[in-house]
Amino acid sequence: MCLAIPAKILKITGNRALIESLGVKKEVDITLIPDAINGNYIIVHAGFAIQIIEKEEALATQGYWKEWLDAEGN
Amino acid sequence: MQKAINNLKKAIEKNRPSSAINIMEVCGTHTMAISRNGLRQLIPDELNLISGPGCPVCVTSNRDIDHIIGIIRDYPVTLFTFGDMIRVPGTDSSLQLEKSRGKDVRICYSPLDSFEYAKANPDKEVVYIGIGFETTTPLSAVIVKRAHTENLKNFHIFNTHKLVPPALELLLLDEEINIDAFLCPGHVSAIIGSHPYQFIADKYNIPCVISGFEPLDILQSLDLILKQYNKGSASVQIQYDRIVKPEGNPTAAALIEEVFEPADSYWRGIGILPLSGLKLRDGYARFDAAASFPVKLDNPKELPGCKCGEVLKGILKPHECKLFATVCKPENPVGPCMVSSEGSCAAYYKYERIKI
Repeated sequence: MCLAIPAKILKITGNRALIESLGVKKEVDITLIPDAINGNYIIVHAGFAIQIIEKEEALATQGYWKEWLDAEGN
Repeated sequence: MQKAINNLKKAIEKNRPSSAINIMEVCGTHTMAISRNGLRQLIPDELNLISGPGCPVCVTSNRDIDHIIGIIRDYPVTLFTFGDMIRVPGTDSSLQLEKSRGKDVRICYSPLDSFEYAKANPDKEVVYIGIGFETTTPLSAVIVKRAHTENLKNFHIFNTHKLVPPALELLLLDEEINIDAFLCPGHVSAIIGSHPYQFIADKYNIPCVISGFEPLDILQSLDLILKQYNKGSASVQIQYDRIVKPEGNPTAAALIEEVFEPADSYWRGIGILPLSGLKLRDGYARFDAAASFPVKLDNPKELPGCKCGEVLKGILKPHECKLFATVCKPENPVGPCMVSSEGSCAAYYKYERIKI
């Protein structure tokens, strides 16, 4: 249940942000990370960004997710 | 990655303890990662990885499930739930069965879905099942606060949120279980930080390592645990430091504190744990679905033969339950640990049913 996926913030509008993760674009709520700015990397849990993270770490973790999703045939 | 795994394997082998030690992972996502990646096969036999009560769906009590089913039977509500909950059997039904009988049960990806629906449909009474540990609780806090600010009268939360650190202490005090170290949850800690575990190291001398979810993360965390254990010392270390900061996410923690207060909570298989759950503070109590939609509940019946309680406390491994893979299978689960995709039984069934 506590899955969280890394993503990049493309555009912030109020407490919402358009994000991109593994080629998928989506809107999430950023109430929990008030310091976020466009271009930040974040982790997303159930429609909410819960933490800002470093770019390198986000990309590394995305690589793992991609590998896992491919392996699971999801 | 193979080279890194081999190096960590060697490091763990070098720190191999002289006798067996029990390391409990307290997060369903860790349970799945350990099983899926075959990590048990990579580490010495002395490292006994046991699963704790880290799957929120699994620890939700029968009484709560019966109450939710009672609400959708007795009141014309629209119920929003995470998908994992839908097949969990209560005393005589499940949300899936009730949905098949025409009740309005909807699976949501985010708590926001329930809030947006309530806002767009003021003539509908909307109930959202608030479930999960500290990772998910701030999300519920955000929507409850928003419902309060926007004065939504048709939004309700059936709150089953639970706290991780108090449950860990109760497990340490349980004489049936002997835990030597904790692999602490990564995303719960992204919210609460590392300080709430400090008492476990200080008071009980039990090593705690907050771990990520990739195979390398978990192996490295086991190595850190062994180093602490062999020295006879205990501290709280953050292996998952790319996500977890010592202070956590103060905004999220403050929101939890603003909307909820600690309360006793019933954990399946464990019983009532003092101050291990949360209830809405008085200012937000009008959103409490359990109070808004009272139902008459008979005593919940436990599932005959099901050992989920012992599995959740780490006393039994899933395959030690007689129902495992015989009567109880993912397509026809008896207990919640087989239902939830993060349940220990589901993890063992999918990835470790056949020992290599």
